[in-house]
Amino acid sequence: MADLSTDFVGIKSPNPFWLASAPPTDKAYNVERAFEAGWGGVVWKTLGEDPAAVNVSSRYSAIYDSYGEVSGFNNIELITDRSLEINLREIEAVKKSWPDRALVVSLMVPCEENAWKTIVKEVEKTGADGLELNFGCPHGMPERGMGAAVGQVPEYVEQVTRWCKQYSKLPVIVKLTPNITDIRYSARAANRGGADAVSLINTINSITGIDLDQMTARPIVDGKSTHGGYCGPAVKPIALNMVSEIARDPETQRLPISGIGGISNWRDAAEFISLGAGCVQVCTAAMVYGFRIVKEMQDGLNNWMDSKGYERLTDFQGLAVPNTTDWKYLNMNYKVVADIDQDKCIGCGRCYIGCEDTSHQAIELTPQADGTNRFDIIEEECVGCNLCQITCPVEDCITMVQKDTDKPYMNWTQDERNPFKDVS
Amino acid sequence: MNSITAVPNTPSENALDELFKDINPALTSRQASFEASRCYYCYDAPCVKACPSDIDIPSFIASIHNEDLEGAAKTIYSENILGGSCARVCPTEILCEQACVRNDEAECAPVLIGLLQRHATDQAEFSEHPISRAPTTGKRIAVIGGGPAGLSCAHRLASLGHEVDVFEAQSKAGGLNEYGIAKYKLTQNFAQKEVDFILGIGGITLHTNKALGQDIHLEDLSEKYDSVFLGIGLQGTRQLNLDGEDHPAVHNAVDFIKALRQAKHTEDLSVPKKHAIVIGAGNTAIDIACQLKRLGTEEVTLVYRRGTEQMSATGHEQQIAKDHEVRIKTWSRPDALTFDDNNTLTSMTFVKTTLVDGKLTDTEETFTLPCEAVFKAVGQTLVTPENEPGLPQVTSGKFQVDASFLSSLANVYVGGDCTTVGEDLTVEAVQQGKKAALAIHTALMSEEK
Repeated sequence: MADLSTDFVGIKSPNPFWLASAPPTDKAYNVERAFEAGWGGVVWKTLGEDPAAVNVSSRYSAIYDSYGEVSGFNNIELITDRSLEINLREIEAVKKSWPDRALVVSLMVPCEENAWKTIVKEVEKTGADGLELNFGCPHGMPERGMGAAVGQVPEYVEQVTRWCKQYSKLPVIVKLTPNITDIRYSARAANRGGADAVSLINTINSITGIDLDQMTARPIVDGKSTHGGYCGPAVKPIALNMVSEIARDPETQRLPISGIGGISNWRDAAEFISLGAGCVQVCTAAMVYGFRIVKEMQDGLNNWMDSKGYERLTDFQGLAVPNTTDWKYLNMNYKVVADIDQDKCIGCGRCYIGCEDTSHQAIELTPQADGTNRFDIIEEECVGCNLCQITCPVEDCITMVQKDTDKPYMNWTQDERNPFKDVS
Repeated sequence: MNSITAVPNTPSENALDELFKDINPALTSRQASFEASRCYYCYDAPCVKACPSDIDIPSFIASIHNEDLEGAAKTIYSENILGGSCARVCPTEILCEQACVRNDEAECAPVLIGLLQRHATDQAEFSEHPISRAPTTGKRIAVIGGGPAGLSCAHRLASLGHEVDVFEAQSKAGGLNEYGIAKYKLTQNFAQKEVDFILGIGGITLHTNKALGQDIHLEDLSEKYDSVFLGIGLQGTRQLNLDGEDHPAVHNAVDFIKALRQAKHTEDLSVPKKHAIVIGAGNTAIDIACQLKRLGTEEVTLVYRRGTEQMSATGHEQQIAKDHEVRIKTWSRPDALTFDDNNTLTSMTFVKTTLVDGKLTDTEETFTLPCEAVFKAVGQTLVTPENEPGLPQVTSGKFQVDASFLSSLANVYVGGDCTTVGEDLTVEAVQQGKKAALAIHTALMSEEK
């Protein structure tokens, strides 16, 4: 059995699976149920100044895959709609009952020194393990000068982080918004402000769809809608990229990362950790399936680590970072071509039509006597793009085979075909 | 009427329909949505090649997937206006679904194309007939026979701008869909709803109770109309050539099914109580055997002179028979019927058969099965009406046609089961009617020039 325990910026938890600051961590009742189910930690739903926020009805919308499963999720909920007092009391009680679990408190108050100073002091008294600064919330709160309105301005990120570090002894995790052009700027700002870690991504500005009868985006509130924050499996690729950008950036490469974004199973978690995340945060999957999913997440991660011989998370943490590089450092002399296993081919023709219409005309269709079609790769035309392999519905029918080019590693900066070779 | 939607039955119809519930119930919208998502949208798709009526199957399934049922139905109807009944009666297991590439995968389960086609045609709602008519050509065509071939031909001709008169010998159009298909395959009076839907295009006048050789004659029609289409199906039945075969307890399966399909109450039918024997190995044999079971016959034995592998009923159909607890006895040839002193049928004797050098041969062994009634389903034949001179040439028992379904006579086209071409399937009849219509159109329009 691998050791899943985590020490993230001094915050200990029995496993790397935390619940993100969101509806699942809104109050003691939910958090206690989560801990009973086995979650390693929670980030308590964002606290703000009194009076508490007020929410509308309805609040969520989703997009689905062809099997009806949620693949993307959108919400227009604000931060906690309960008073600060009640939340602080519950946090204190829960932490006392569950001392081995991580309990981090998410915060969002106006961009004023005193407001932050006051609230971090209040949280510290509860015995919570750390602070997460919500600079990411993309809906509702930015209209009031908070959330993403702060996260989108690196100077504000740095300033608020500095205040929090100044007035609190607790570890400070800065939650970053993806609604920016380059995540590295806000990560660097957090780093300069003294952040202990960043967590990302928060939700992405989104409209999941339009009700074409009512001509209104979803979710609908009395005939009107507003953009929400997008999360769930659909955002994972965006989150992974942003995590890798921070992990690779010379200024932030040592900054701990709590990975967030569409994590639904052990494999997703392992991917974030391989890109450097020290722990992961989950929301949508728990909202769709309930807290019990953490069992399969722990089992799966454990079994996979055992199969790979990894004894603890740090054994594979960040291993994919050095292999994630700039395009210009990719080997120009590397070549793969597609190979179709004729025994496995079912003759659907998807590889053919995709290549023929949209790619490199590298697949030949030969009608057979029995009325079926045979598909063969034209190796000279194949650029190794992977499209046929992606469209093929049969497992392992199309594989990409490496071809020996007899040429050494050579990247674009060394390539004679690069007109800017000498300056790049 | 512009779409085929379910109209409730009367209570008296319900009693019998209760016995003949849909053997293959429709998909719910949710099921259809998931099933549609299983389609790989193959390029040059094998299912399309396997469909006798050329329906663009991946396209209509994609339309279902994209919640465009009208688009899906229109794709189907544009090639097969009887897409609704074909979805129910087609042996998809030997056509489109057999060709589905998903048979070849680990899951070994084809996309349920037939049920998806039914979903689209049942659920699509049109404000007007989905197929529009071309400007009128002034040409008039007579269609003899209001079955699938005739209806398909008439509809395509009407869509091309011609005026069509359909002459049907029976009191209702629909052909085998109305009179010959097992009741549990076409429930809720579907055949007539479909006829009404087809006629909804306009330009088609239906004349019922007009039998060829009695009320109408080919020579007259050829004179009065610009072209004639003949789709009279197969009205004759093969015989066993046994003594006593004309006894009222020895039925032609097709006659019994016809009576059942038209019956309003179970009491209208004479159903054997304990033992019935069905002779044959095709889908009609399976249909009659299963329907007898549903009507309450305790023991139904289907007897075939060869083995299950040689049966023309598909594996799927044979399974339906097994599900109905029909006993299937193979390698047995009917030999004699036995009647008691009151001339009541009591049993039937069979000779066991075997293959000797690939030839079916009697053995010494015989056996006797008790029975109250025998149902013959050993094939249908073309019967040309008496008093009807000047019919097209018949070869090997059926009308001879060329590639465009033109008969030996000028301007007389033939399609459906009564031709020498293709298998005797509803979908094949629809295709032949459609192709004949296109050939008629081409011929008439080239005359114009």
